[in-house]
Amino acid sequence: MKNKFNVITEKLGFAVLTACLLVVVLIIVIIFTNIIINGHSAISLDFIIKAPTDGMTKGGIMPAIVGTFLVTVITAIFSIPLGMGCAIYLNEYAKQNLFTKLVRISIRNLAGVPSIVYGLFGVILFVQFLHLGTSVLAAGLTLSLMTLPLTITASEEALKNIPMSFREGSLALGATKWQAIRTNVLPYAVPGMLTGTILGLSRAAGETAPILFTGVAFYLPYLPKGVLDQFMALPYHLYIMATQHHDITLVKPIAYGTAMVLIGLVFIMNLGAIILRYRLRKNRKE
Amino acid sequence: MIKDIVIEAKDFNFYYGDVRALTDVNIKIEKNSVTGIIGPSGCGKSTFLRSLNLMNNLILCAKYEGQIFIEGEDILHKDIDVVELRRKVGMVFQKSNPFPKTIFENVAYGLRINGIKDKDLINQRIEESLKGAALWDEVKDRLHASAFDLSGGQQQRLCIARALAVEPDILLMDEPASALDPTATLKIEELIQVLKSKYTIIIVTHNMQQAARVSDYTAFFMMGKLIEYSKTNLMFTNPEHKITEDYVTGRFG
Amino acid sequence: MIDRKFDEELNELNNKLLKMAALTQESIYLAVESVKNRDKGLAEKIIKNDKAIDEFELEIDDFSIELLARRQPLAGDLRFITTGMKINGELERIADLSVNIAHRALDLSDQPLLKPLVDIPVFSELAVNMVKSTIDAFVKRDADLAQKVIGMDEEANKLRNIIQRELVEDYIAKDISTLSRGLSLFLVAQHLERICDHAKYISEAVIYLVSAKVVKHQKA
Repeated sequence: MKNKFNVITEKLGFAVLTACLLVVVLIIVIIFTNIIINGHSAISLDFIIKAPTDGMTKGGIMPAIVGTFLVTVITAIFSIPLGMGCAIYLNEYAKQNLFTKLVRISIRNLAGVPSIVYGLFGVILFVQFLHLGTSVLAAGLTLSLMTLPLTITASEEALKNIPMSFREGSLALGATKWQAIRTNVLPYAVPGMLTGTILGLSRAAGETAPILFTGVAFYLPYLPKGVLDQFMALPYHLYIMATQHHDITLVKPIAYGTAMVLIGLVFIMNLGAIILRYRLRKNRKE
Repeated sequence: MIKDIVIEAKDFNFYYGDVRALTDVNIKIEKNSVTGIIGPSGCGKSTFLRSLNLMNNLILCAKYEGQIFIEGEDILHKDIDVVELRRKVGMVFQKSNPFPKTIFENVAYGLRINGIKDKDLINQRIEESLKGAALWDEVKDRLHASAFDLSGGQQQRLCIARALAVEPDILLMDEPASALDPTATLKIEELIQVLKSKYTIIIVTHNMQQAARVSDYTAFFMMGKLIEYSKTNLMFTNPEHKITEDYVTGRFG
Repeated sequence: MIDRKFDEELNELNNKLLKMAALTQESIYLAVESVKNRDKGLAEKIIKNDKAIDEFELEIDDFSIELLARRQPLAGDLRFITTGMKINGELERIADLSVNIAHRALDLSDQPLLKPLVDIPVFSELAVNMVKSTIDAFVKRDADLAQKVIGMDEEANKLRNIIQRELVEDYIAKDISTLSRGLSLFLVAQHLERICDHAKYISEAVIYLVSAKVVKHQKA
């Protein structure tokens, strides 16, 4: 008697969970289909390599691609070493006391701060206080601040995954603490650290609010020549095309095309992270 | 014939924070002997072992009093060169922990971090260490295979080779065979008999028969105190204290 | 403390040894009686019972070896089992010597009494006493008592020498017709002295069991 009840609840549970999956997949499919239907007409080689013309009703989005690429690189340059270094210190060197706990909690909380707050903070600190002006550099720094909590958390997790026996084994052979970390922990943790970091970077690439007041421009006739110049970016470009343009219906394909490119970029970065994780598993047989 | 004393503990006390884990340990260990350390769980035997190469320093709340002399030097003195001490006093852990590298790189690891770059010297030391650990014949044709391709017993012998490569004087072994099958265990025990001609060995074991087979001297710890320390054949045919007798005959444990 | 099945088995071994000791003691006592009383029937009974004693010795041996193999004993347990095996063997030899005495009793029972046998009963009592004391020492794990038994062996040797010299000088040398009886009594004295020796060996084993001191090959 009891058995029959179990079988029914089992089947019911499974059905409900499958339904959830289907709903989510359906939504994704709808979004993608919508974007592709509306945007595919805009996609061409010219779209990718040419600048916009005719009041941005024709041409390509090359400057936005370049700008997004540049700002992401700057973000990476600052957030990767800072984030990894911070994670290494917290996990390997810091005394596990109340202060460290507070620092960790703060870092986790920073991940939940709205991106617009980062944007405003970036304006005050980078644009005004450090006199960087609205620039790729200021925007990149702001984005790296936003990515740091993710990078630090992911890096700490990767470090925690390395068993203590690695460190102990190294130390017992006469390694100093840093030698042990450098030769027997980091080589195995870095792939995991990078995976988390890249995911954070791919999110940063698609953010609009932090770059809004710190350096992105609606239209620039030229590419940024140095880090103190302004830049165009894909998410902002998409926003403008979809809401601020004087002729929205005309540029709708361009907006959707931009969305496709942005999604494609994010997708490629995530794919990179997945491939990295796969290789990491292959090397670290446990 | 008076033998050299290579390790000596004098009134050694160890605390984890406020908890005293070892009380007034006094012991003298002869050169080229095998000393077995036995005792029930939690008696402090591993704590004592790990004090000998200061691995206990990894625990932040660790405190100690007294002295431990290794080859005449007080290792508890604040000026001690911990890195050099750990080269001199090698350690083999309970669960074998080969690094995720090739067999070659595992054994070479200690050499590299100690700054040895000469390829010929490295190759020579690796061959010597693997021979010393009775593993050379089994791996000489696949030195660049992953260490994880080896069986459990072979991995433990690899860890022994890794420790031998940096030419220690003393080998500390923390229940080295507890995770191995009887045949692999026997190989390790035979190896210890061979190694003692070159090294002083201390082995922690919870297996009474193993201590009886393998060691020249046996130390019995209980609740942080060294209860008895004598030649193995005496310890196991006629121990001095009743509590040692009770433990050795399995009346508690 | 852990309750060990092994302790039950050790107890069983102890009881078996005590039974062996009891059988042996009975054997000596009856053998000595059969000589004193020239009791043929008693002597034959002793000879017949020896088979059971032999078998029991083997049983104890087997049991001991089984315990060694299965339990790998150490310290006090190890000493108990190994000395138990040794004592077992000594007891069996004592029983064999009793049989020899019984055979002499058979020989003597056909012939008239040679002499009032004053010394032989005294010697017999000493032998019976030594065996009883050494087994007591084993039961009580009393090293001092065991040491005393070892000391008694000196008197045993003396008594044998006195008896044998008297038999040879005072009887056989003077009257050749007493040769057969004289020889039998001579041999009885010899057997009794050997019994005392074995009692001494048992005491040495008891001392080792209790204190792990080896006191073998002592000149008492």
